[in-house]
Amino acid sequence: MTASVLIPLLVTVVNSATPLLLAALGELVVERSGVLNLGIEGMMLVGAVCAFATMTLTGSDTLAVLAGAAAGAALSLVFGVLTLTLVANQVATGLALTIFGIGLSALIGKGFTGHPVPALPRLSLHGVSDLPVAGALLFRYDALVYFGLLMTPAIAWFLARSRAGLILRAVGEADLSAHSIGYDVIRIRYLAVLFGGAMSGLGGAYLSLAYTPLWVEDMTAGRGWIALALVVFAAWRPWRVLAGAWLFGGVTVLQLFLQGSGRLPVPSQVLAMVPYLATIIVLTIMSSGALRGRLEAPACLGKPFRPAS
Amino acid sequence: MGCNIDRRGFLAGTAAAAVALAGGRARAASPPSLGFVYVGPVGDFGWSYQHELGRRAVQAKFGDKVKTHYVENVAEGPDSERVFRQLAASGDAMIFATSFGYMNPALRVAQQFPNVKFEIATGYKTLPNAAEYNARFYQGRAVCGTIAGAVSKKGFCGYVAPFPIPEVVMGVNAFTIAARKVNPNFRTKIIWVNTWFDPGKEADAAKSLIDQGADVIAQHTDSPAAMQTAQSRGVYAFGQDSDMRKFGPTAQLTAIINNWAPYYVERTQALLDGTWKTQSVWYGLKEGMVELAPFGPGVTPAAQQAADKVKQGIIDGTLYPFEGPVNDAKGALKVAAGTHPSDHDLLTMNWYVEGVQA
Repeated sequence: MTASVLIPLLVTVVNSATPLLLAALGELVVERSGVLNLGIEGMMLVGAVCAFATMTLTGSDTLAVLAGAAAGAALSLVFGVLTLTLVANQVATGLALTIFGIGLSALIGKGFTGHPVPALPRLSLHGVSDLPVAGALLFRYDALVYFGLLMTPAIAWFLARSRAGLILRAVGEADLSAHSIGYDVIRIRYLAVLFGGAMSGLGGAYLSLAYTPLWVEDMTAGRGWIALALVVFAAWRPWRVLAGAWLFGGVTVLQLFLQGSGRLPVPSQVLAMVPYLATIIVLTIMSSGALRGRLEAPACLGKPFRPAS
Repeated sequence: MGCNIDRRGFLAGTAAAAVALAGGRARAASPPSLGFVYVGPVGDFGWSYQHELGRRAVQAKFGDKVKTHYVENVAEGPDSERVFRQLAASGDAMIFATSFGYMNPALRVAQQFPNVKFEIATGYKTLPNAAEYNARFYQGRAVCGTIAGAVSKKGFCGYVAPFPIPEVVMGVNAFTIAARKVNPNFRTKIIWVNTWFDPGKEADAAKSLIDQGADVIAQHTDSPAAMQTAQSRGVYAFGQDSDMRKFGPTAQLTAIINNWAPYYVERTQALLDGTWKTQSVWYGLKEGMVELAPFGPGVTPAAQQAADKVKQGIIDGTLYPFEGPVNDAKGALKVAAGTHPSDHDLLTMNWYVEGVQA
């Protein structure tokens, strides 16, 4: 495999991993606070359609990105009200919001099918971006890719080393204890859910603004579910989410490449299974032996908070 | 209680009202209702979108004489049977089932509702009240292949394909045969994305093919993502199902457009006239069911001439996309010189021609 083929392949891997990374990082924060939000797919889609619609109507990509995040956050607010204030079942509500998001995005997007928009501008640093290898691999992505890559250490630092992150983790591990110390569990979970929704919206916005700058119904094609699996796969740790997103995106792109190169005489259906098989294999290895202790979900994940007082 | 209606009186009164209303309705002849069932969203800008354009043409042509409505996103299989049954039971006069996977469910419902007419797209079985219709997309592919052979400098086409079913295989083969008539060293490389519709995957497949050196992209999948990728990478591409010029202003050479409107109008007219009979048709360029978009800026005058000649030849019946001699990818002779395969051979095609790397 020559450099001229390897470099575009790696660039495609990073690009295809970005929507998974953004949505999974958001969901990671949500799950660490003890809430299980299964509505990622719906939030990604409303984010995608609102970002696309804003781009078509205003031509401003900044506004479009913000609109995508806002739309995802708005739908997750609905989720928050239902599960945190009205204490509905989190799993059922999340699933219902996925279906709702799919339909709502189709409704909003009706007038926008069939019209492309200019893709998000890519970084172009004078001199540096033109370097043959380093330039292509590091300096030619668009803003959302860099945002995702920066959010990984930011969230890792936030959760491990900041006071607010400690409180968030406490709420997710022992909500009654946190409540008795005096922290407002519901409010903290609301903020986490809104953040998760905004990140999912950004993941969707990336798809409709940069990855394939168009809108068609259901364009996420199941990536929200993959992001959900990624969070578990990463054992709720941000750096592992990044590795998992690259692994998943990488294997998906690699199987297309292998098909096209004709080097591996394996049926395409088997190659299409490979990303999911890789996920299962890694999960099995991780849950065996010495690593098993580290695979614990937040203790209060999915449990509604009902203070005795 | 002041009001002296007891349950018996209420039920009798309701029944009387219902009979009166029903009697009233039966006197006025209501226009026949046509139901359209789509496998995907109308917003896919591809397969289902073109069927929807056909429905709109029918509604526009016949105005008040018919009522049309559609159900979209109906998955093939058991769920579709429920939808067909519901439409038939609620009084539709004719139902259009626009996907191959609807064939068996639609036929089952057709047997139970002999007064409802069914039109099944791309199937192969019929009933006295269920007709079948298909389009010779491969004729469009032959014209595209001619253009590709003339325009591609590297003689290398990347093909984004969904599933290895005969319809797709026919298309690849027709494309490659035509391209090789212009450039004997032309080759086509296929990537199977195993879905009819996934913009992200189609874009990835197109990127992968372009990275490996393809300078023309063809697709059999339903979204404009591959066209868009071709546009952003500066290579040529062929649109599928609809004119994808907006997504590839300089990339699109032409597009194969499924034009169901004339057929739908013809069948609706037959229904209204009372002359509807079951049939199994496979129309192509000649009948206007397959159309080609206007040539894009990348089509050279020489390529245009060659393409027009091929198109006219197919319409006149003097040129067959699979005219022998045709060898398969291993070199064995599959179509003898001077002959061309029958419709049955085409519908069961499971081999690739020379020059195709699947």
